[in-house]
Amino acid sequence: MILPALFFYLFAAVCVASAVMVIVSRNPVHSVLFLILAFVNAAGLFILMGAEFLGMILIVVYVGAVAVLFLFVIMMLDVDFVELREGFIQYLPVGIVIGGIFMFELLLVVGAWVINPQVAKTITAAIPTNVSNTEALGLVLYTKYIHYFQLAGMVLLVAMIGAIVLTLRHKANVKRQNINVQNARTPDMAMALRRVTAGQGLQDADAAEWVK
Amino acid sequence: MTIGLGHYLAVGAILFTLGILGIFLNRKNIIVILMSIELILLSVNINLVAFSTFLGDIVGQVFALLVLTVAAAEAAIGLAVLVVYFRNRGSIAVEDVNLMKG
Repeated sequence: MILPALFFYLFAAVCVASAVMVIVSRNPVHSVLFLILAFVNAAGLFILMGAEFLGMILIVVYVGAVAVLFLFVIMMLDVDFVELREGFIQYLPVGIVIGGIFMFELLLVVGAWVINPQVAKTITAAIPTNVSNTEALGLVLYTKYIHYFQLAGMVLLVAMIGAIVLTLRHKANVKRQNINVQNARTPDMAMALRRVTAGQGLQDADAAEWVK
Repeated sequence: MTIGLGHYLAVGAILFTLGILGIFLNRKNIIVILMSIELILLSVNINLVAFSTFLGDIVGQVFALLVLTVAAAEAAIGLAVLVVYFRNRGSIAVEDVNLMKG
């Protein structure tokens, strides 16, 4: 019983500490690396709760895709990050005030709520005990929530197309394949046959007799 | 020393507050603002999964998956907009964004 509690405090402490480092870190690359650490520990919390599939997806999606995307963008942009940190101290008081208000409200909520005893009757899809978490999720996701699943796919498609359209640019001096022009090409457009007089070569090319 | 729902909700609340704080502290650096938004969405996910597992209803995990999808899409689009903005202006300072109106 003590081991899950120990792991909870370990994951929670590292997660919160790395979240702090994300927002106060001087170098954005360090911020991204601490973001990865925070997500890995949040995945640990998910697994501790019994949501193994989501924990693994968190690692795959965030560490594998989103964090690498952040790293690429930070390294691609030539930005003076020192200049961007100006005003950090200036914004600290208002940030702490607003963060404190949020924390206070959340604490009030956490301290005051109780779970409605009727909630057990309103459960939409109970977690089955005889199958794994992944299978249980799939049994619900592909049947009852198939439309949400497909809409999520549409969201990702739109995001993909949007990102490509936004960042793709055509440079003027790059040669590109134009398939229509290639297909419309005929031998007449590509070559000319001349009858060359012996010993003269093609010095007077225009005067040379055309081969019909 | 059992770990209950309240413990996970507390972690989610702290992460949410840190995300809000990060937006205010790094008002000039839009990359860190995007990372703060990711932290906020992570805290939302922790809340959804905590309620899902402690109440025994798997629908919360389905919606956590959908939040994850939206978060990934948002990060991709946000960073693409950031790259275009940097190409046009040569900086990513947030306070210059209002110069792009019209």
